Amino acid sequence: MNNKTVLILGATSGIAKATAQALAAKGYGLHLAGRDKSELEILSQDLSIRSGAKVSYSLFDVHNVDSHQQFFKDVLAQCGTIYGALVAVGELGDQILAQNDPTHAKRIIDANFTGVVSLLTPIANYLEEQRQGFIVGISSVAGDRGRQSNYLYGSSKAGLSAFLSGLRNRLAKSNVQVLTVKPGFVNTKMTFGKQGMFLVAEPEDIAKGIVAAIEKRQNVIYLPWFWFWIMKIIRSIPEPIFIRMKM
Amino acid sequence: MAGQDSTSLSGWGRYPSVDTFIDRPESRASLLQAVQNSGGTNSSGAGSGDLLARGKGRSYGDAAEAACGQTVLMEKLNRFMAFDSETGLLRLEPGVTIAEILQTFIPKGWFSPVVPGTKFVTVGGAIAADIHGKNHHRDGSFSNFVTRFWLLTAAGEIIECSRIQNADIFWATIGGMGLTGIIVEAELTLSPIESSYISYKSIRADNLTELMGLFDQHEERHHYSVAWIDCLAQKNSLGRGVLLLGDHAKLTDLPEQLKNHPLTLKPDKQVTVPFDMPSSLLNRYTMSTFNSLFYAVKTNQEKIADYDSYFFPLDAIGSWNRMYGKAGFIQYQCVIPPAASKQALTEILNACSQKGWGSFLAVLKRFGSKTCPSNTSLSFPIAGYTLTLDFPVKASLIEFTRKLDELVISHGGRVYLAKDACLTPETFRTMYNANFENWRQIKHKIDPDNVFRSALSQRLEIN
Ligand SMILES: Cc1cc2nc3c(=O)[nH]c(=O)nc-3n(C[C@H](O)[C@H](O)[C@H](O)COP(=O)(O)OP(=O)(O)OC[C@H]3O[C@@H](n4cnc5c(N)ncnc54)[C@H](O)[C@@H]3O)c2cc1C
Ligand SMILES: NC(=O)c1ccc[n+]([C@@H]2O[C@H](COP(=O)([O-])OP(=O)(O)OC[C@H]3O[C@@H](n4cnc5c(N)ncnc54)[C@H](OP(=O)(O)O)[C@@H]3O)[C@@H](O)[C@H]2O)c1
Repeated sequence: MNNKTVLILGATSGIAKATAQALAAKGYGLHLAGRDKSELEILSQDLSIRSGAKVSYSLFDVHNVDSHQQFFKDVLAQCGTIYGALVAVGELGDQILAQNDPTHAKRIIDANFTGVVSLLTPIANYLEEQRQGFIVGISSVAGDRGRQSNYLYGSSKAGLSAFLSGLRNRLAKSNVQVLTVKPGFVNTKMTFGKQGMFLVAEPEDIAKGIVAAIEKRQNVIYLPWFWFWIMKIIRSIPEPIFIRMKM
Repeated sequence: MAGQDSTSLSGWGRYPSVDTFIDRPESRASLLQAVQNSGGTNSSGAGSGDLLARGKGRSYGDAAEAACGQTVLMEKLNRFMAFDSETGLLRLEPGVTIAEILQTFIPKGWFSPVVPGTKFVTVGGAIAADIHGKNHHRDGSFSNFVTRFWLLTAAGEIIECSRIQNADIFWATIGGMGLTGIIVEAELTLSPIESSYISYKSIRADNLTELMGLFDQHEERHHYSVAWIDCLAQKNSLGRGVLLLGDHAKLTDLPEQLKNHPLTLKPDKQVTVPFDMPSSLLNRYTMSTFNSLFYAVKTNQEKIADYDSYFFPLDAIGSWNRMYGKAGFIQYQCVIPPAASKQALTEILNACSQKGWGSFLAVLKRFGSKTCPSNTSLSFPIAGYTLTLDFPVKASLIEFTRKLDELVISHGGRVYLAKDACLTPETFRTMYNANFENWRQIKHKIDPDNVFRSALSQRLEIN
């Protein structure tokens, strides 16, 4: 036990579940937040049986922006203090639908970007005051370059990456680590049964990478590591060629 | 999210392959959704599509695939729900594996009461196949430790089943190969241990008579027993093998350097696996090396092994099932009642050695009298010897297993459904006879439209 509590936003996410287990095994306490009460209860039980960690939970909805300040106040009331936060909330959405239905497009952007910004705002201010701790944001390689097959999701993740980059710049002087995680394809319910997946990683592998990066106080990581090189190549393709590619 | 296209799926033997749709729910709500989507439980309770739960797919044949229907992968429903550290009573979701149970509870001083030859099976699969370990002679099968479970039925209801509540459905689900519904939660009792090590010894037997004599002589005094057989040996050496006896090491059994951390999970590097462990057998690809193994055994020498290399030598090799190539392989496991065991084993081993078909793995165990007490269950274990053989899939294989089936039937034995890929509706009915007729009445009651179907149940016309 290290008496440090990590707030997990989107605790029912496949990546978050694996990361929560890895953090609990390291002795962190956890506060799970999500929108499915019965799942959160089951997950809390499971984590505490597996690792003996202290686990609590509460509810939030990423789209319910007005409630986010109060939500975090309640988390603090429940936990006393928070040492770190991990945001795994996100929605892949349906690109084709989003091209025809602005409500759906907005929904994707909110779930991955605006809603997450709103959630992180009180948390960042709190940690800045504490002058310690970390924020981990799960962005995506999809944010590195917009592609026709998922540019709504991609652009919202690009927004998130830029937000995290700015936040890191701001919080560095307060000793708060801001870690941007850019996974490639991961075997979770977000991708299950979807076509066109390759080099798919298991959430446990991503979790290991995240915990190691927290410990090393890293800034930006691609997971698994080879996505750094894949994205470097994809970003380097000149636009005139890129626009003719099917990606 | 359901996969749009059907996928080809098979069991551990990679034979046969079956086209099926798969879904992988991560919450209770999404499980119910997946079941509804499959048409399994519409309002009238009438099903329009097949449905079947799948654990880790460690059954060998076609038991864990819904042919053309919806196969529901249970592996993400793998949460521990409650644990009583006084009694060892554990409540969990069915996707939890034996590996996870050991990982979590060995450090707390508890062990899974029954473990199969691989730790990568789920509790759901363990109940549905009513699995056995090397301790059947002492403890019976997995279901002996299951106090109750909750079953999602074709009607879309979740019902509690125990020896008292819905007892008929409880027994029909044990060994019921997923055909009564989907287990969504279970409760079982773990066994206390003092250390994570096993003290064991191996004893050589020059032929079957000697080997069976060794079982008689030693088994009762040991928690675990299993024998490895050379199935190419003939005549006077027929059935020669090595009996491996084991017990959970007590604190006092441990060498000094292990006493400080008796419940370690990671095998201690200093405890090297002795060369007569099964894993070294498996690293060699031909049975001709059985000789070297056989004569290397230091009969009767007590040794200490960590639980992992003792129970799960095969797990260290990863996807060893691929060793047999694309065509896949079958595992043939039968059990023969005590009185007929010797005769039947002699005939079966003769049949193998005459064909020159040495099974890569030939394992002999003995089931005791703590068998499933219900006559409505398809649970495999009956008292007697159980022999397990592997064969690569090839042209004359089915012909050969038919011959084995005849031998088994003529001696009042049966074949294990969790391993089977070859039985026919007729041979199955003869083997499971009265129990099957009783079981069927409960199946009709709980799943009148035969929603829960597997490729196995279709092949064997279990409906
Ligand atoms: C190397 C190896 C060694 C083995 N050794 C042994 C041994 O020593 N003793 C032994 O008894 N067996 C042994 N087996 C067989 C294995 O234990 C069984 O086949 C077991 O059922 C596999 O569990 P699973 O989770 O992989 O289930 P699967 O193979 O996925 O499914 C098996 C059956 O269980 C049903 N099922 C799975 N989950 C549920 C659920 N939640 N609700 C209802 N039904 C469900 C399926 O429909 C299917 O009929 C061994 C297998 C291997 C590969
Ligand atoms: N899987 C990949 O290949 C991949 C690749 C790169 C990046 N990522 C990113 O990794 C993160 C985790 O995703 P995952 O792969 O673990 O998939 P996931 O299991 O689908 O996780 C998504 C999470 O977001 C939550 N969420 C969605 N809408 C919400 C809302 N309105 N309010 C509250 N929570 C909401 C989900 O809650 P529910 O469980 O209740 O739905 C879930 O916890 C996401 O940000 C994703 O974009 C994933």
